[in-house]
Amino acid sequence: MKLISLLVVSVLFSSPFVSADSEKKGLAIAVEIDKRDTGFGDTTANMTMLLKNRHGQESTRYIRLRTLEVKGDGDKSMSIFDRPRDVKGTAFLSYTHKQGSDDQWLYLPALKRVKRISSRNKSGSFMGSEFAYEDISSQEVEKYTYKYLKDEACGVDTCFVIERDPVDELSGYTRQVAWINKKEYRPEKIDFYDRKNTLLKTLTYRDYQQYRGQFWRANEMFMENHQTGKTTLLKWSNYKFGTGLSARDFNKNSLKRAR
Amino acid sequence: MWLRVLFILVFINHSTLGSASDGEWSGYIAAEWRTFFESPTDVAQHGDTTSLSAQAEYYREWEGGKKSFRFTPFVRIDGRDSQRSHFDIRELNWTSVHDDWELTAGIGKVFWGVTESQHLVDIINQTDLVESTDGEEKLGQLMLKLSFTRDWGDVDLFLLPGFRERTFPSRIGRLRSIAAVDVGHAEYASSQGQDHIDAAVRWSTSFGDWDVGVSHFSGTSREPRFRPELNGGRTILIPIYETIDQSSLDLQATKDDWLWKLELISRSGQGDRYTAATAGFEYSLYGIFESSVDLGIIAEYLYDDRKEAASTPFEDDLFLGARLAINDEASSELLAGMIVDLDNNSRVMSVEASRRIGDNWKINLEARFFSNIDNKDSLVSFENDDFMQLELAWYF
Repeated sequence: MKLISLLVVSVLFSSPFVSADSEKKGLAIAVEIDKRDTGFGDTTANMTMLLKNRHGQESTRYIRLRTLEVKGDGDKSMSIFDRPRDVKGTAFLSYTHKQGSDDQWLYLPALKRVKRISSRNKSGSFMGSEFAYEDISSQEVEKYTYKYLKDEACGVDTCFVIERDPVDELSGYTRQVAWINKKEYRPEKIDFYDRKNTLLKTLTYRDYQQYRGQFWRANEMFMENHQTGKTTLLKWSNYKFGTGLSARDFNKNSLKRAR
Repeated sequence: MWLRVLFILVFINHSTLGSASDGEWSGYIAAEWRTFFESPTDVAQHGDTTSLSAQAEYYREWEGGKKSFRFTPFVRIDGRDSQRSHFDIRELNWTSVHDDWELTAGIGKVFWGVTESQHLVDIINQTDLVESTDGEEKLGQLMLKLSFTRDWGDVDLFLLPGFRERTFPSRIGRLRSIAAVDVGHAEYASSQGQDHIDAAVRWSTSFGDWDVGVSHFSGTSREPRFRPELNGGRTILIPIYETIDQSSLDLQATKDDWLWKLELISRSGQGDRYTAATAGFEYSLYGIFESSVDLGIIAEYLYDDRKEAASTPFEDDLFLGARLAINDEASSELLAGMIVDLDNNSRVMSVEASRRIGDNWKINLEARFFSNIDNKDSLVSFENDDFMQLELAWYF
C-alpha cells in the first residue's frame, strides 16, 4: 500500500518535468497569451516607480511609455523619464527582436547626444529598481522554452502554472515560474530563480483592467526581491490604445525631441 | 538679432494656439567649489574659487507635440573670473514636426559623434570653454534646421547665421593659455566677420549593428587659431576665425559587449588641408563580482596628421578610461581616464563622479591632473592647474 502511494506520488510529481506533452502544453499557453495580446497597435501609458529598500527608504521615478506593435517582430518602444528631475528628458528607444539582440539607443538631453548602447545588459537593474531590463522588455514567445506544471487556484480564479526557461544565456535567470489566469490568459504572478536556481524575486500583478474589450493591463505590478528585501511598485495610469503612433515616432529624430 | 527672433517665436506661439499643453519649467541651480593643488603659472591668476550657476528650461507643445517651443537660459556667476561669469541662451526655438520632415528655427544645440575622449565631428555649436575644458559644454547657436526622414536615412540641412565666439578665461583665470586670449578683438578671415552665414548637411542612418553619419560643414571655424601680439608689454593672443570646409564620418558598430567607434575629419581653410581621427572601443562587463555594478573599459587613439603643428594637444595620443555604473537608487557613477601623448609622454588624468541625494539633489565631483607635461606640448600652460571641483545641484 505504502509502496503504491509512493509510486503514485512520484509519477505525479516527476511526469510533468519530463514529458513532451508538458512542453507542448506550456508552449500552447504562451502562444495563446501572445495571440490574445496581438492587435493592440500602439499604446501610451504613464508609469510611476516606487522603490523601497530594506530600511523603508523610498524614491520615486516617473516614466512615460510608448509602444508600437510590429508585425512579425518584437515591439518598438520609447521610454521618457520625467523624474528624478536630474534625468528629466532622458529617453530610451528600443527595437526588440524575436531573434538576435535588440537595438537600443539612449538620448542624453544635457549633451543632446544620442548613444547607441549594447543590449547585452539584460540582467542589469532598470533605473536602480528591482526590475531588470529583461523583465520590462517586450515578452516574445521565442525568448523562452516552456513547461506546463499544474493547475492551481489563484485568488478567485484558477491558474496554469508554467515554467519558462530563458533561451538567452545572458539572462539573469535559470527559470521563471508563472501563474497564468486560465480564463483570461494573463499572468498573475511570476517567481524568478537566479543563476544558482535560488528564488530571487516575485512579481505580482494587481488590479487588472481590460481595454478595447480585449487587452488586459495591470494597474499595479509589485516586485519583491527576497534576497535583498528591496521592493519596487510600478503603478500604471492613463493607458491609451490606438493613439495613431507610427514607426516615425520611434526613430532617432523622435528620440531627440521626445517629451 | 536675438531679440527679433524672440519676438517672432513668441508671435508664432500665440498665433498657433490650439490643443496646447501647459507650459512647464524645469532646471537646476548649482554651487561649485574649485580648488587648485599648485600655485598658478602666472602670479596674476587666482587660487581656489566658488561659483553659482543655473539653467532653466521652459517647454510648451501643441497638437500633441507636433509643434513645440523651448527656451533654455543659462547663467554662471564666478567668484573670481569675470569672463567665466556669463549668460547664454542655450535654446530658444520653435519646432514643427510633419510626416517625414521637421523644421526647427531659433537658437538650438546639436550633437554629432560617437567617441568619448574628444569630439572632432561635433561642429554646429561653439564650445563654452569657460564652463569646462573637456569641450562638452556648448553655446546656443542660431539655426534653421530642416530634417528629412527617408527609408535610406535621415538628412539634416542647417543654415547657421550669427557666429558665436569661443569663451576663454580672463587673464586672472585658471586653465588658460600662458598668454591670455583677447576675446574682444577676434579677427575673421571672411570679410563678413561674425555675420557670415554658415551651412551644414548631415546624413545619418542605422543598419543592423551599425550607426553611421556623414557630414559636411562650410563656414567659420568654431576653433580659432591665435596670433600673439604685444599689448602694454604683455603678450596676448588674438583669436583668428578662419573660413573652413570640414567633411566628416562617424561610425559605430555595436557588437555584443563591444562598441567600436570611429570619428574622422578632413578640414581645409586653416593652412594646409589636414586629417584628424579618433578611433577605439568601449567594452562593457555587466554585473561584475556578482553585484549590480557595470564596468566599461574605453580605449581610443587620437590622431592629427599635422603632428606637432596641430592646434589641439592630441595628435598622437592614447586615451584609456574606465566607467563604473553602480546601478543603485542614487545612480552613482564614476568615469576615470587618462590621455597619454605617445611621443612625449605628457599625461592628463581626469575623474568624474556623481550621485543623487534624495530625489532632487545631485553631487558632482570632477578632478583633472596634468603630469609630466613636455615643454613643447600645448598642455604646458595647464601644467600648474591640477584641480578638483565639487558641485552641489538642486533640480526643480
